[in-house]
Amino acid sequence: MFDVFKIAGRNLSRYRRRTVLTLLLIIIGMVAVLLFMSVTGSFKDMMVGQITDSVLGHLEVHRKGYVASIDNLPLNLNLKPQAVAKIEEALKQIDAVQTYSPRVKFGGMFSNFVETTSIRINGVDPERETATVPLLPGRIVEGRKDGPLVAKGEIVIPVLLARGMKVKVGDTAVVVATNRDGSVNGKTFVIRGVTEGISGPGGRDGYIHIDDARELLRMKEAEVSEIAIRLKNPALLDKTEARLQQALEGQVNGKPMLEVHTWADLSPFANLARMIDMMTVFIKVVLVSIVLVSVMNVMVMAVYERIREIGTIAAIGTPPGRILSLFLSEGLLLGVIGTALGTLVSLGVIYALNIWKVHFAFGQQQDLVLAPQIGVVQVATIAAMVVGVAVLASLQPAWKASRLDPSEALRHV
Amino acid sequence: MSLVKAQGLSKTYRAGDVEVQAVKNADFVIEPASFVAFVGPSGSGKSTLLNMIGCLDHPTSGTLTVLDTDISTLDRRASAHFRGRNIGFIFQDFNLVPVLTAYENIEYPLIMVQQWPLEKRREQVTRLLKAVGMEAQADKRPDQLSGGQKQRVAVARALVSNAKLVLADEPTANLDRDTAYRIIALMKKMRDEFGTTFVFSTHDPKIMSEAETTFTLEDGRVVSTTDKREATHV
Repeated sequence: MFDVFKIAGRNLSRYRRRTVLTLLLIIIGMVAVLLFMSVTGSFKDMMVGQITDSVLGHLEVHRKGYVASIDNLPLNLNLKPQAVAKIEEALKQIDAVQTYSPRVKFGGMFSNFVETTSIRINGVDPERETATVPLLPGRIVEGRKDGPLVAKGEIVIPVLLARGMKVKVGDTAVVVATNRDGSVNGKTFVIRGVTEGISGPGGRDGYIHIDDARELLRMKEAEVSEIAIRLKNPALLDKTEARLQQALEGQVNGKPMLEVHTWADLSPFANLARMIDMMTVFIKVVLVSIVLVSVMNVMVMAVYERIREIGTIAAIGTPPGRILSLFLSEGLLLGVIGTALGTLVSLGVIYALNIWKVHFAFGQQQDLVLAPQIGVVQVATIAAMVVGVAVLASLQPAWKASRLDPSEALRHV
Repeated sequence: MSLVKAQGLSKTYRAGDVEVQAVKNADFVIEPASFVAFVGPSGSGKSTLLNMIGCLDHPTSGTLTVLDTDISTLDRRASAHFRGRNIGFIFQDFNLVPVLTAYENIEYPLIMVQQWPLEKRREQVTRLLKAVGMEAQADKRPDQLSGGQKQRVAVARALVSNAKLVLADEPTANLDRDTAYRIIALMKKMRDEFGTTFVFSTHDPKIMSEAETTFTLEDGRVVSTTDKREATHV
């Protein structure tokens, strides 16, 4: 078989310009696909990482109906202490759960004593919140990043609100909120920090201590709006969701009492992520088409131009199967060489982009750094696809070559 | 015992709407280790006859036995196998593989057809290169060789698989007279050295006189046989 490959390689080198052009097409196609996958994949991973690690967590548990009205942050759909205890018990039974954080969420008015504006607030246990969304302290652009996220009597506000209300770290502000009974209450806070806003739900929320939230809302018992959950391995998201859903199955009037949502259910970025995945599929289809057409073109031409030669090798007794394998080897070599070079160039470009550090903005987030990365499995999949398609594209011309009648082929001018 | 035996051999093929009878009721016998020429003008059926003897084409009627095998019973794969084992070909245009050296062209049937091991291949190719006087040009590609040198390589390629029969269709047509004679002399020498039967076609009267047995064709019929060795005419 090595000898067949040797002859196939020589045949490719015989039409150097055509072979080089075909290889260039394969290389460009591979670079385009691998670069697109690495850039969009890294962007997606970065955005998903930010959403899960600084806002939502991987999973959230709510009372049934809460998410449907989440824009209003309804206090009457909070989880009661018994439900919270049931959820905590279930979470302790699941190994995949790393940690979780209960939150009290509500909408209120933020006043600097001169102006007033609306604000969405998360009442959190600072230590548990930081453990569940570890990138949250990193979003603090003004104020202390060390120590607890927020202490009692302190508030962390989003940067747009700080700018709009002209307040800074150390200033005093008042938060006014209406509790579930309709009575209004206010509480003074010292601004501890200012966070950068990020895209998606919760990306522009303020943070106070959970005890302050309960005091402000005059809660008689330790209610919770949601429980955010961090997993040890995000790849186990769907499995853990199903398991938790099963563990929390409890019916009230024939309807489930609790709901489990993944970050993708809650963030509109999931649609963008799905679109990126779909575009990747389209790009792969384009690559397959490029390889298919270019290799097929070369092989059809090779067979047409070498009809007499095929007649000769058939006349001296070369079996049809061996003629087939000779032409398939040429297609295979084109695929393998194109893939190897395409992979090398792609990895080089990806490496260069990582050295260069390309900065970009996304929504409110400025100065994001593009860090494209590609996995071995992704490269291997694309490489296998290109080589497979190259062989497939050679199949018809190779079959035609192997079926040529030697006496007719020898007469071909 | 005959190497090739044809009885009532005919070949008809269609060229568009027209039926062409290229060979008509031909009878002949070719003995082992003989040096045979089919002669006749262009279109007389020489190439068609050689194609049938070489299992590249099937007769329309009559019987053709080559090495005790009725070639009309062979299918495509069996024909290829039979050719690979028993028959060597020399072509008017040399038909060497342009990307291979002289050595590799001779070696080609041993790789693609016979699949001999490397050491045995090396021994055989070197022997043939020496026999046709092409040792010094072993590493040259066809475009670096003269017409005569290319045909020497083609002769070696035809013999490398220890073929019992070598068919040469107008092997000297593209060569100058001196080179043509040298190639015919080489073929004769190879016949003497290896005991291989050589059958060639030509329309050149001087070249045909080199053959020991001559079948003259006219309009697809064998019209006369000349046998310097007193060959049998059926």
